[in-house]
Amino acid sequence: MALAKRLEKTVKGTDLSLAGEALSLDRSGALWLPEHRTLVVSDLHLEKGSAYAARSGQFLPPFDTRETLSCLHEAIQRLDPACVVALGDSFHDARGPERMEPGDRAMIAALQEGRDWVWIAGNHDAAVSEGVGGRYCETLTLGGLTLRHEPLVGAGDGEIAGHLHPCGKVSMRGRSVRRRCFVSDGRRLVMPAFGAYTGGLNVRDVAFEPLFANGFTAYLLGDGRVFAIGRSMLGRD
Amino acid sequence: MPPSHLPPLFAEWFSDRGWQPRPHQLELLATVRGGRSALLVAPTGAGKTLAGFLPSLVELSEAGKGRRGLHTLYVSPLKALAVDIARNLDAPIAGMNLPVTVETRTGDTPAHKRTRQIARPPDILLTTPEQLSLLLAHREAEGLFAGLRTVVLDELHALVTSKRGDLLALALARLRRLAPGLRAIGLSATVREPDELRKYLVSQTPSRSQAAEQAVAAPAAAPAMADLVVAGGGAKPDLHMLDIGRTLPLAGHTARHAMPAIYDLIRAHRTVLVFVNTRLQAEYTFQELWRLNEDTLPIALHHGSLDASQRRRVEAAMAAGQLRAIVCTATLDLGIDWGDVDLVVNVGAPKGASRIMQRIGRANHRMDEPSKAYLVPGNRFEMLECRAALDAVEEAAQDTPDARIGAPDVLAQHVLGMACADAFDPLDLYDEIVSAAPYAGLTWEEFEAVVDYVATGGYALRAYERFAKILRGADGKWRVRDARVAQQYRMNVGTIVESTHVKVRLARHLRGKPGTVIPKTGKVLGEIEEDFCETLTVGDTFLFAGEVLRFEGLAEDECMATRAGPGTDPAIPSYAGSKFPLSTFLAARVRAIIADPFEWDRLPPQLATYLAQQRRHSLLPGERDLLVETFPRSGRYYLTAFPFEGRLAHQTLGMLLTRRLERARLRPLGFAANDYGIAIWMTKDVSERIALSPSFVEALFDEDMLGDDLEAWLDESAMMKRTFRQCAVIAGLIERRFPGQKKTGRQVTISTDLIYDVLRRHQPDHLLLRAARQDAATGLLDVTRLGMMLRRIRGRIIHRSLDRVSPLSVSVMLEIGRERVYGEGADDILAEAEAALLEEALG
Repeated sequence: MALAKRLEKTVKGTDLSLAGEALSLDRSGALWLPEHRTLVVSDLHLEKGSAYAARSGQFLPPFDTRETLSCLHEAIQRLDPACVVALGDSFHDARGPERMEPGDRAMIAALQEGRDWVWIAGNHDAAVSEGVGGRYCETLTLGGLTLRHEPLVGAGDGEIAGHLHPCGKVSMRGRSVRRRCFVSDGRRLVMPAFGAYTGGLNVRDVAFEPLFANGFTAYLLGDGRVFAIGRSMLGRD
Repeated sequence: MPPSHLPPLFAEWFSDRGWQPRPHQLELLATVRGGRSALLVAPTGAGKTLAGFLPSLVELSEAGKGRRGLHTLYVSPLKALAVDIARNLDAPIAGMNLPVTVETRTGDTPAHKRTRQIARPPDILLTTPEQLSLLLAHREAEGLFAGLRTVVLDELHALVTSKRGDLLALALARLRRLAPGLRAIGLSATVREPDELRKYLVSQTPSRSQAAEQAVAAPAAAPAMADLVVAGGGAKPDLHMLDIGRTLPLAGHTARHAMPAIYDLIRAHRTVLVFVNTRLQAEYTFQELWRLNEDTLPIALHHGSLDASQRRRVEAAMAAGQLRAIVCTATLDLGIDWGDVDLVVNVGAPKGASRIMQRIGRANHRMDEPSKAYLVPGNRFEMLECRAALDAVEEAAQDTPDARIGAPDVLAQHVLGMACADAFDPLDLYDEIVSAAPYAGLTWEEFEAVVDYVATGGYALRAYERFAKILRGADGKWRVRDARVAQQYRMNVGTIVESTHVKVRLARHLRGKPGTVIPKTGKVLGEIEEDFCETLTVGDTFLFAGEVLRFEGLAEDECMATRAGPGTDPAIPSYAGSKFPLSTFLAARVRAIIADPFEWDRLPPQLATYLAQQRRHSLLPGERDLLVETFPRSGRYYLTAFPFEGRLAHQTLGMLLTRRLERARLRPLGFAANDYGIAIWMTKDVSERIALSPSFVEALFDEDMLGDDLEAWLDESAMMKRTFRQCAVIAGLIERRFPGQKKTGRQVTISTDLIYDVLRRHQPDHLLLRAARQDAATGLLDVTRLGMMLRRIRGRIIHRSLDRVSPLSVSVMLEIGRERVYGEGADDILAEAEAALLEEALG
């Protein structure tokens, strides 16, 4: 416990720089770009619960959209962004917006009020959804940063992407902690999934290898803050 | 006993074989033929099975060849047991040339036969609880069971203690309704208080006509119970504690010291069953025995993680009398009758009197001859437990299975099954369900909540109405939505949720790069629990399938391992304690022995000496007292306590005490627990605190810890999440993962932990959360037992402040570092890992 306190430098997150831009990794799993007053969240997978009910008759608790939006609401309240970017796979499937509860729809509208809102296309929600406000685009450029859903192998410096749902696992003295995380090598950043029902892919999975040929640091979302963990301390599942 | 109940044909058959029908066999026959249900309590080898089937065989022989339809249903907890019974029934049926057909129905029965069994059923069908539930959910169930006369429930004492027992109770309630006049026969090993089992067998809500009848026969308050038939004694087992003439260690469960003696016993007997408590212990014992096996005696290994085909081979070799010994776990606890076992050896603590009786009964399956068995303690405490078990067996005193409160998740599964069978009227179904003993206390509101859960998930947010699985028609009846829902039910039936397993693969080293292995090469050795794998780090050595392996890491859901060099000792434990917690009954006996020095004469001298040392150094608690010791050791301060309530309850206690000590600013660092006690260590002087405020200890153990502290901890507890997962699978919220089924991609599987967190925040009173809490009370967390203990010790805590560790405390201190340390927050672990990065960057 003492160690945790001693090492705690910032309460809100961990600060990085990417392609000359300042980045702040928020413990909620959102990314804060202070110079652009922009908040980025990835892979919300809204209406994932109802997608299961519709497709396979599995009745997962239908509170995932509300839960995800509440977390987003909390981050927006705290940071008051001028712009919010949802980095793709914002809905679990193309029909997600139709199934959404009116209350949740109203909540999105309230969050959008007074700020710019960008939905970036993902593989789950490639078709443009209607009736949820905001604008749509494939990629977004902010200064030296390029924001897209799926990371491109060989992309230039400054790419911010999601899609992979990275998770890191730390094992110590017979206990292990598995948490969502940001992954970066100082040139690109892969964001954790923000949605309540989004699972995770271990950062040691081969899918990350072509993106981070020269190693990486994972930034795990702890209970109280973000922790920077070196590759050597990260275990496989 | 009117002789007329046993027809001449049967009497002749008995006498031809030189047998006498036993009194309990005749009594059961008379009872059942009189239309009554009955519980037969008999020791192993008393001809229990024949007794159970005798009424059916007699009736079927009288009915002759013209009869059609299912007459008797036999349900056993084990598939193998059903198959075994089919073989055993062959003798009387062929011997008397009875016009009786017998078939089994298990998961292995081919589809065409299953279809035929419903169209043209045999007279006697042998099956398992899960298969019975499937049959009852069948559209033809009503016709199939309409003529059923008898249901025989084997090993009832083992079935009723679990959710399987809940499921079977519900099936029994349905059978009673489909087949009025049905007689239930329960077969059970000796239990001390059979009333719970007797209630289980009959309806707890008698129909109006029965009620009128009972009002005359018995006072209205008496609960409905089946008749009780008790078989006479049988020979007392020839049971001993193995004395190897050496001092036993204070902790550890391997019984390494006893292996040569066990090997000698194997040499001196025909066939020996060596029972152990865990798979790890089985591997270890097998390994050690083969190390000693200079005569290369055929010694085999049998446990649940081995490949099924390998297990079948061992069973066949055993039946053929080709083996001299089998090292086995609980997989062989229940009644399969193979071959000629003349000795049972139980390694490690007995844990419960009934369990040990059952195991002993595996030797010499004939009632008139004594079963011969040795108990082998692994440490000095286990000697105490063995002593208590010997006494219990001597008095034929057994742990009584506790009556269960039916689980809501099992009920949800059943309700969906009933909708698959036919449209149901909710009032009728409710009446039927409360006739089952475990659900007798179910309220109408609770039932409605279950139906609502089945229909649309039972959520406050009515999001899934349009996808409902069961729909209520204009006639007020509920119907299943479509064939897909029925298919989902069939895939999910049952209450056994296996922990996930991963394959163990013997990996090849990458040439020229020592320490690296090529994934997906080399042969698969078997499967290992995911939980166990989680605890391994690269380089750990462990035993599997009779070999010492070195863990090389996990790759794509497989555990990669290499053969460890010759002579390597497995570092990761063969001890792993026991999965079964010490039974309350045996624990009380252990406490009584410790408390009474006059009892010590009967203990091995080394144990008596040890207890005397403890009395000199500190003290020995009275039978109802709790001893708490505090002492310093290498710069830390320790608190130990000895409730003797089993490891599960102690782990929960440790968690809760740690929280309190943290609040008292004593800065606890961790704790360890075993079946007998706990040790907590901290950085502040706890003895000093107690000296300053003597009421501190009483307050620490106050019962109110089961309030908010427990709630707060439960919410975050990994064990609670695991319990929730089991409930969610049984209730059909998430799909069962089948062995060998590959884990699917990250987008497809939703971790139950995420579901748990979301549900807890948005609907804390949801049916499945209630189900999980109900399980936690008795299952993994054993909160009920902890509560009983806290009440027992109120005002009876004896604290000793010592200058160094006491003999008693040494035993639990030795668990430190072996058991996982709880009580560390996730952030502490992450911070430590982060510090490593920092060092890397600075260094």
